[in-house]
Amino acid sequence: MGNAVSAIVHLHSAVALIGRFPALAGVDLDVDAGEILLLQGPNGAGKTTLLGVCAGLIGLSSGEAVVLGEDLTLNRRAVRRRVGLLGHDSFLYQDLSVVENLDFWSQAAAATVADGRAALERLGVASRLFNLPVHALSAGQRRRVSFAAMICRRPELWLLDEPHAGLDSSARDLVDGLMEEAAASGATVLFASHELDRAEHVAHRSVTISGGVILPQAPPAAPPDARPAAPTGSPSGGSEL
Amino acid sequence: MSQTRGVLGDAWLMARKDLLLERRAKIGLGQVVPFAILVLLLFAFALDPDRGVLKQATPGLFWVTVLFSAVLTLQRSFGLEAEDGILEALRLSGMSPAGIYLGKVTALTIQLLLLEAVLVIGVAVLYDTKFVGIALLVAIAFTATLGIAAAGSVYGALAARLRSRETLLPLLLLPLLAPVLIAATRGCEVSLQREAVSGWPWAALLGIFALVYLALGSLLFRPLLEDA
Repeated sequence: MGNAVSAIVHLHSAVALIGRFPALAGVDLDVDAGEILLLQGPNGAGKTTLLGVCAGLIGLSSGEAVVLGEDLTLNRRAVRRRVGLLGHDSFLYQDLSVVENLDFWSQAAAATVADGRAALERLGVASRLFNLPVHALSAGQRRRVSFAAMICRRPELWLLDEPHAGLDSSARDLVDGLMEEAAASGATVLFASHELDRAEHVAHRSVTISGGVILPQAPPAAPPDARPAAPTGSPSGGSEL
Repeated sequence: MSQTRGVLGDAWLMARKDLLLERRAKIGLGQVVPFAILVLLLFAFALDPDRGVLKQATPGLFWVTVLFSAVLTLQRSFGLEAEDGILEALRLSGMSPAGIYLGKVTALTIQLLLLEAVLVIGVAVLYDTKFVGIALLVAIAFTATLGIAAAGSVYGALAARLRSRETLLPLLLLPLLAPVLIAATRGCEVSLQREAVSGWPWAALLGIFALVYLALGSLLFRPLLEDA
């Protein structure tokens, strides 16, 4: 798909340890600008660790990692302000209200308070919820607020861990639309999901990670009159959807 | 971003957020202040005021109470940052680690000074204490509190993600703050005219302690945040 020079994410033989456990055990992956890549795989496969590595939060013990042009083996911090991460945690202060959280996180990321409010509206967070403490929100509402806090940063690389989890049908459609919009505007989206029916619709390509490595994809079935497919896929092991 | 806002801008943002959190949750007002008053009361019950022991020990009891209350406040302050992935969010935010540290110190100092104001009234009422050297008392209170907040924030960040942080933090922090306890107690004794010597050297010593920890914390907070 991409190459090391133009790829927004370039991982080569990337190994990341959580304690002594190799959560990533030699990942090769390239993701291009404007691409929406689905990371699929069983629980504990290394999806969350891979997103953490791309966010500059988890260091590599060996291998190469270049994200948004920054060599993460030299400086992991440089990339952080340019990515948006939606994880399992809400990244919100439970005792602060919705707008107080958005005001803080938008200003922390050098966005404006207006950016935060606009993101809340974009995520369809009802204004009657604005002054409620986050702990009083439902799981789905909290997820929307977390998403708003992420998009008000205007990230160049979106890293989403189970972005549809806990959301109702309309919010899931909204999230899909936001990912497509982001990709259309030049941002790159990596997301991990177990909800393959929905995720495969929005993703341009998917890779499967298992045991800390990206599994090689079976070559697509060739039409009867076509030439034999190449024996291996792209270096990133992805398959077009 | 922190390049444009700067370390002090980040510190202001962080301190404002911490004070807002306290205003919303009212843990300090609802739990720490009653705890501190309870400790003062227990000391009053344990040391019979009629024998004068209580009056003599007032400065030490006051600062021991402040230290215990400070540990509770620190645990709350850094416990909040360890919940819901907030530490990761702070690392991703682009805020300067020194700014985050100075913001935490500022908010803690303000909260502890307010607590001490309540405790001063408490010792005046419960222990029948008369305050004479007000300027020295204020200087001692400010420098000692800044030192407690500066050192406490370093160790609070260190213990933030550990499962045993509730028990580990006092174990790490209280021995370290022993010099603050001694200097603040001696300085307060002077301000209560229990000693004829000047108390200002104690205030200066406390100021140096605070400045050393402020400098150390500003430098160390980045690796502490990364390893937390």
